[in-house]
Amino acid sequence: MDSSEPTEDAPLIELRGVTKVFGEGEGAVAALAGIDLIIRRGEFVAIMGPSGSGKSTAMNILGCLDAPTNGEYLFDGVGVGGLSQDDRALLRRFFLGFVFQGYNLLPRTSALENVELPLVYRGVPPEERRKMALAALAKVGLQGREHHEPSALSGGQQQRVAIARAIVSAPEVVLADEPTGNLDTAKSREIMDLLTELRRAEGITIIMVTHEADMAKYADRIIRFVDGMIATDAAPREAA
Amino acid sequence: MFREAFKLAIRTIRRNALRSFLTVLGVVIGVGAVIGMVTTGQGTTAQVTADVAKLGTNLLMVRSGRGMGPFGGGAKRFSIKDVDAVEAQISGVRITGPSSSQNMTAIFGNENYTTSVTGTDNRFFDAREWKLEKGRLFQEGELRVGDSVCVIGATTRNELFGKSDPVGQIIRLKQISCNVIGLLAAKGVSTSGPDQDDLVVMPLRTFQRRVSGNQDIEMMFVSVKEGISTAKVQRDIERLLRERRRIAPGEEDDFGVMDTKQLASMMTSVTSMLTGLLSSVAAVSLLVGGIGIMNIMLVSVTERTREIGIRLAIGAQARQVLLQFLVEAVVLSLFGGLAGIAAGLIFAAVATSMLGVPFIIDIPTIVVAFAFSAMVGIVFGYFPAQRASRLNPIEALRHE
Repeated sequence: MDSSEPTEDAPLIELRGVTKVFGEGEGAVAALAGIDLIIRRGEFVAIMGPSGSGKSTAMNILGCLDAPTNGEYLFDGVGVGGLSQDDRALLRRFFLGFVFQGYNLLPRTSALENVELPLVYRGVPPEERRKMALAALAKVGLQGREHHEPSALSGGQQQRVAIARAIVSAPEVVLADEPTGNLDTAKSREIMDLLTELRRAEGITIIMVTHEADMAKYADRIIRFVDGMIATDAAPREAA
Repeated sequence: MFREAFKLAIRTIRRNALRSFLTVLGVVIGVGAVIGMVTTGQGTTAQVTADVAKLGTNLLMVRSGRGMGPFGGGAKRFSIKDVDAVEAQISGVRITGPSSSQNMTAIFGNENYTTSVTGTDNRFFDAREWKLEKGRLFQEGELRVGDSVCVIGATTRNELFGKSDPVGQIIRLKQISCNVIGLLAAKGVSTSGPDQDDLVVMPLRTFQRRVSGNQDIEMMFVSVKEGISTAKVQRDIERLLRERRRIAPGEEDDFGVMDTKQLASMMTSVTSMLTGLLSSVAAVSLLVGGIGIMNIMLVSVTERTREIGIRLAIGAQARQVLLQFLVEAVVLSLFGGLAGIAAGLIFAAVATSMLGVPFIIDIPTIVVAFAFSAMVGIVFGYFPAQRASRLNPIEALRHE
């Protein structure tokens, strides 16, 4: 992966006039009212906005969990907006990693096996899988806790496991949905430091939804959503 | 991917061991009952066939009275002249043995045992192809004068004499003191009716004079010559006896002629009908078991909605989720099938040993039961698995 080179200029993600409408007829609600957005390789983008502003919908579309109603989504120059559910799954499998507010680890499953999970779907053989998962856990500072189940780990540690799971397959983009939402300030900073460090070391593009301005400051860009539109898109200092 | 799904299924099932066990209990019972019934039934059928063969091949049994009941239905008995007439006048008959029986208590020393006492002559042994183990059969003089001598069956011997030699001993039957002159070879335990070895045989004249007090003969054992159709001989006997008993045309027979082959097929058809009936009842519980699996799989899908969401988010395709749950249902029901096969075989082993019939493991039945339980898993696991695979990842992730 050459995305660590900051000089790389081709946009990794490009949205052109993306809309998303839920429901039909008179009850239809436009969650996104025409979004244009370019995110380059290696960028760290924070998405903010009040609830109902469309930021979650945008995140779902960026994460290929959902398809836009209209408009174009180019991933690495390839249109992916019209892909089927199964093809989007393949895209997620090979190019995307997810971190959620509620960690979303499999219960009663060791940290190691949780991290191995994306590799299972990639068809990586068991031994190699183990090796890669151990390496990912080491990167997030969880050596020695590989065999703990989520219930035996603190919130911060669980989120580290989730981050390890997101990066274990060396994705192009990590999508983090309120990754510090369930954590106290100290733990939140640790997680943000970890994300920043991983981005620097691995050259991963990070898109993060947050409502905490303190956390958004870690990003290069803050995109603010209001009423299904991008209101502002600027560096943290300017945005503040 | 299939291997992963299989490993995962095993893990999930083990994790919820009790629930999994209760879930498949219906399948266990269904498969167990079918295997148990079929195996026991096959043992019984084999035994019945062997028993009837032991009665003697090409053997016709002629009873006085209507129907097949043990009591002649009040009809006239046969006489020794009927027996001789059947033997002499019907061309296909090799030999005809008369027989009259009554239950009596036999006493030897401190032992007493109630057995069937049969009066007959040596033709009886010949017709039934019955060999002596020890001693001798009746002599002409003994038959003529009605001596108190008897030949005993293996069961009677065991009850009265244990392992010791009965020949030359004297047993008491009511007021008759009877000299044991021979021991019959065992015909083996029978499931198809009374124990054939449970008898004491004495000369017909002795029986008529000292036991029954009349000249009646209840039954004839007719051995048909090799290569002659038993059906033809049967018709001839019927014609002859109707004539001798003066039964008007159109009137019903007051006696019955039965072929041992007929008897065998009748008995086995009864057993197989019973087996089929019980197995179909058992098969219903397989259906119920399948519904149980479907129910728990649906619960499982709901419980694991979030897990499904996670799997979808990290790149699982619908068919992989489907496969995961389908494999889980199939593995579950296969476990049930295996446990059921084991339980059924254990049941059959106990039942056959209690019935004294051979324990025959029928591989095709087991294969079919195994395949059937896999099918139950596929059929009843498909709907829940499909439901899992159709979940929307965004909603599944949000599921609490």
